[in-house]
Amino acid sequence: MARTLIHAPATAKRGEVIEIRATIAHPMETGYRSGDDGKVVPRNILRRFSCRYNGELVFSAELFPAVAANPYLAFHTLATESGTLALTWEGDGGFLQTENVSIAVTA
Amino acid sequence: MRANPLTHVGEAALASPGRRRLLAGAAGLGGWVMLRPAAAADGDLAAAVAAYAGEATVRPGKVKLDIAQLVDNGNVVPLTVTVDSPMTASDHVKAIAVFNEKNPQREIAKFALGPRSGKASISTRIRLATTQKLVAVAQLSDGSFWSHTVDVIVTLAACIEGEA
Repeated sequence: MARTLIHAPATAKRGEVIEIRATIAHPMETGYRSGDDGKVVPRNILRRFSCRYNGELVFSAELFPAVAANPYLAFHTLATESGTLALTWEGDGGFLQTENVSIAVTA
Repeated sequence: MRANPLTHVGEAALASPGRRRLLAGAAGLGGWVMLRPAAAADGDLAAAVAAYAGEATVRPGKVKLDIAQLVDNGNVVPLTVTVDSPMTASDHVKAIAVFNEKNPQREIAKFALGPRSGKASISTRIRLATTQKLVAVAQLSDGSFWSHTVDVIVTLAACIEGEA
């Protein structure tokens, strides 16, 4: 499991726009670099990120080798109801990780 | 590009036959070294943007690509894309994509948004191989495409350094 750092408000008012910031520890090896032995280091990147709010997809991203190591993403969503934000990263070599953040929404 | 006055002096001084053979060899080697980045580039920036937009025309406006004009470190370059949109069910941003001119691959990242986003603003950190143009393209719910192009100067490039 890669280390993640997720910033999301624990509480929000209904209808409020909240910002979610997420970072995950990952080398994002481009596949264009050569190692000490002169051979090209095989590509190992995260290809897809998605955020589901109580199961509904609210944001997703397709990532390419030009995204820096330890990918950082910041985006917004409307606070609609209390529940869980599920952040999922998918990548090369069968990489799959989901982190859940709970949010309490007040009227 | 800066003209180097020393180059011309050097060429005149080196114009003996033996030196010429050496220079030809060096030029050949230079050509070989140049091949790799050229082969890695898959089409130009405009083609990548056109392929993304499909049939639609991409107009400048509405999108703001916020990035430092002078980049000290190409390995980690923060950028923010903001689109002027009310983000309602009838009028919202469906997708944002960022393209570059001179990295090995034209695409940087593509984002899918919707009315649930509330605000059309995304941030990330990217790599830049060299001084180049960047384009952010946004697709709105009415099917129109808008873009913003910026030039960035990169002093320390990503990709050429060894293990980070």
